[in-house]
Amino acid sequence: MTTTAVPPTTRKDWASDQEVRWCPGCGDYSILAALQMLLPDLGVRRENTVFLSGIGCAARFPYYMNTYGLHSIHGRAPAIATGLATTRPDLDVWVVTGDGDALSIGGNHLMHALRRNVRMTILMFNNQIYGLTKGQYSPTSEIAKVTKSTPFGSLDTPFNPVSLALGAEASFVARTHDMDRQHMQEVFRRAHEHDGAAFVEVYQNCNVFNDGAFEKITGRDARASMLIPLAHGQPIRFGSDGERGVVQRSDGRLEIVDVTEVGEDALLVHDESREDPGLAFALSRLSRGPFEPTPVGVFRAVRRPEYGTEMARQVAAAQERKGLGDLKALLRSGATWTVE
Amino acid sequence: MTTTQEPSQHHVEHRQLDRVVIRFAGDSGDGMQLTGDRFTASSALFGNDLATFPDFPAEIRAPAGTLAGVSAFQVQISDHDILTPGDAPNVLVAMNPAALRANLGVMEVGSTLVVNVDAFDERSLHKAGYVENPLTDGSLSAFTVYEVPMTSLTQEVCKEAGVKPRDAERSKNFFALGLLSWLYNRPVEPTVDWIAARFTDRPLVAEANTRAFRAGYHFGETVELFESTYEVRPAHFEPGEYTQVTGNQALAWGLIAAARLAGLPLFLGSYPITPASDILHELSRRKEFGVRTFQAEDEIAGVGSALGAAFGGALGVTTTSGPGLDLKSETVGLAVNLELPLVVVDIQRGGPSTGLPTKAEQADLLHAMYGRHGEAPVPIVAAKTPAHCFEAAIEAARLAVTYRTPVILLSDGYLANGAEPWRLPDVDALERIDPGFATEPNHTTADGTTEFWPYVRDEATLARPWAPPGVPGLEHRIGGLEKADGSGNVSYDPVNHERMVHLRNDKIAGIADAIPPVEVDDEEGAELLVLAWGSTFGAVAAGVRRVRARGRRVAHAHLVHLNPFPKNLGEVLRRYPRVLVPEMNLGQLSRLVRAEFLVDAASVTKVQGVPFRAAEIEAAVLSHLGGAE
Repeated sequence: MTTTAVPPTTRKDWASDQEVRWCPGCGDYSILAALQMLLPDLGVRRENTVFLSGIGCAARFPYYMNTYGLHSIHGRAPAIATGLATTRPDLDVWVVTGDGDALSIGGNHLMHALRRNVRMTILMFNNQIYGLTKGQYSPTSEIAKVTKSTPFGSLDTPFNPVSLALGAEASFVARTHDMDRQHMQEVFRRAHEHDGAAFVEVYQNCNVFNDGAFEKITGRDARASMLIPLAHGQPIRFGSDGERGVVQRSDGRLEIVDVTEVGEDALLVHDESREDPGLAFALSRLSRGPFEPTPVGVFRAVRRPEYGTEMARQVAAAQERKGLGDLKALLRSGATWTVE
Repeated sequence: MTTTQEPSQHHVEHRQLDRVVIRFAGDSGDGMQLTGDRFTASSALFGNDLATFPDFPAEIRAPAGTLAGVSAFQVQISDHDILTPGDAPNVLVAMNPAALRANLGVMEVGSTLVVNVDAFDERSLHKAGYVENPLTDGSLSAFTVYEVPMTSLTQEVCKEAGVKPRDAERSKNFFALGLLSWLYNRPVEPTVDWIAARFTDRPLVAEANTRAFRAGYHFGETVELFESTYEVRPAHFEPGEYTQVTGNQALAWGLIAAARLAGLPLFLGSYPITPASDILHELSRRKEFGVRTFQAEDEIAGVGSALGAAFGGALGVTTTSGPGLDLKSETVGLAVNLELPLVVVDIQRGGPSTGLPTKAEQADLLHAMYGRHGEAPVPIVAAKTPAHCFEAAIEAARLAVTYRTPVILLSDGYLANGAEPWRLPDVDALERIDPGFATEPNHTTADGTTEFWPYVRDEATLARPWAPPGVPGLEHRIGGLEKADGSGNVSYDPVNHERMVHLRNDKIAGIADAIPPVEVDDEEGAELLVLAWGSTFGAVAAGVRRVRARGRRVAHAHLVHLNPFPKNLGEVLRRYPRVLVPEMNLGQLSRLVRAEFLVDAASVTKVQGVPFRAAEIEAAVLSHLGGAE
């Protein structure tokens, strides 16, 4: 790690010389642009930044970033990132993944990286479809989805990624979408600042295999009435005039109401730092899918010991206690005898 | 013959033996591994040469008293250089009927049985499948049987210390250890000291164990049951400082040494699996060496995290056994493509599938060699003795770092848990490993700008630069997709792909130039070469000695490098009229050498989960030699 001032960069500095090859109109373009435009503001160095990915359309992301990058194998990026992040705490580790990569083949690694709280920023592009393999249903596809592999409709109940991350003990969980650069950048910035594993679900349109999956909530005209922005310490309300809001009933249930009916003071005030993830979980269940009013923003951001830091602390403590390891002494740690 | 106590004048003879093989057997909960281990440790301190063979069931606690639950530990101690834990035990210590029944088959006529007679009650006999008590029905008449009431004597001696009979019963293994220590003139102090140190926080347990141990020793001394005690004199060893190690311990230390030699932090990503877990345990205790150990969520994350650490510039290691190697295959293939250093340790066990988790086999060789899709060659290094695991680990790391490649290091359950004396190497004399990190751009474009190309190769080794993140100007992207030769950009060009396949292959094949030629333990005019690898070393070397003692001429070569083979191997194989390849599989090395060198190598195989015995190698060699002796 160097201590000199970080040289200023522009978006161009963060773009690699490789031609971007997603389908024209793919939501991935706007996510890439949002991040490349944000990075110059984060005060970070290209040489200390690593993008890691698994397999899928989203996983091509590292090739387009002029940083260190590793495009690995399907689902394993969080595991690979764990080895990197715990041995190189000086690096900024980003994991770019998709709904299939993160929740299907790589579900186990995602879950464990989150519970361990290894410092990495995980951006999960959720388009509710398998794009790279040309259109099979994914673990976030709505039930009864007709695809090439489910001509009679899918039978699987989908995952709710935010619920899953919260259930996996994630210390930072957020949601954003590819139609709002400013919102993405704000969420990415928060995720990057988090000292631990940060999980961000990005609703991303696959215009070839699942076009318009989020249109009902992220469309320019729909947003105000269908997206519920979460702001820490603020009453949860939405609508073009903030006319709707979320209240918690006496039985704990969350409900969407007209603010005029209940009064402003009755609205639930968002608290992302609550130790108990119950309320964040309830918020994640407010919408059954991207056709009902859906919360976006930071659901949960709590402080918890970071895994790599703790690992380093144990190493430092052992060295403090025993001194730096002495190989000769190690080989003599059992009983020894000398033959003359 | 059953010896009973005679109230006569008793004279105990003192006999010299050149070697003895003792097998401790009891229920899984009886502490037989500990007993054997302590007997071994005091023998090592006494100066004997020795070799051990822990033989235990996969179940932690199979139903008590059943054949399935029998756990055994065999040790050979000698006054001369020995290579194996011995073919047939001279003494069997049987703590219960099941232990007797399970092990009687390996005992030769005339050998000695020391049995805990307290355990031979009707219920225990029934559990072991005995209809009649073998101690009384005459079926053991071919053996010398000593009936010792170990349980009741242990309880008796512990009673004075205030230990409840139930708790005291657990110390009976120390009674057995004490008795055997007397019988074989082992020093007492190392064991007494060890008990005190080990149970320092449980003084009552320490007291019970010490009392039981001393009681066993005194029992031998005072009860007129045994006609003689035996002594195995210290062996002649090369001068030097020695310790006793198991294979897993030596392997863990070798990894620490390798990281030190390379000046790299050591990262171990591992998922617990028998018989590899002890490496994870050992390394997790050694944090003062800067070792980071990560118990991953599964085998895939174990190797994945190790690869991630390697990308970041650490010595990335993962440890596993067969089933785990299956799961790691895809990531090993990625590492082949990324051309990053990675050490994959496979402690082989009986397969397929869960197979025989606690037993040894050498059946993962072809998996290590070919178990990935696509053309994905990896170097393979195999340890041959427990102590050699140290050197083999360093060698695996050296190849991985030098050639930027995953290396598979093969050990097995026999080496992992087996112990032997080890003359400590001079660690200052070990050759350093140069990670040779990239420091600057290595390519100039047409317009004169310099950039970093991750797949420009070293001319001698064909290795690509290793450029961990953190260096400005060397930012680069790598991945599992095929890369353009040189620039490393994604490339679907057919000719480029073929070139890359050849380059990766040539890089691994070229390692043959840097590894030592295979050494042959040769004899002028040898009629046959025994070619072997891995843990069969001891049995093969001992078997070859026996054949030579019969006046036949045979040579022995033992491979440490299995991919690529040493450069002179073809020439060596063609030097002998016959080649015999003994392996604990169905002939995997023999298949490789036949394919590679077109030699008519014959295969001799054993897949019983237990090592070859020297006598089996001897018999196999003799039968292939043919002709009159």
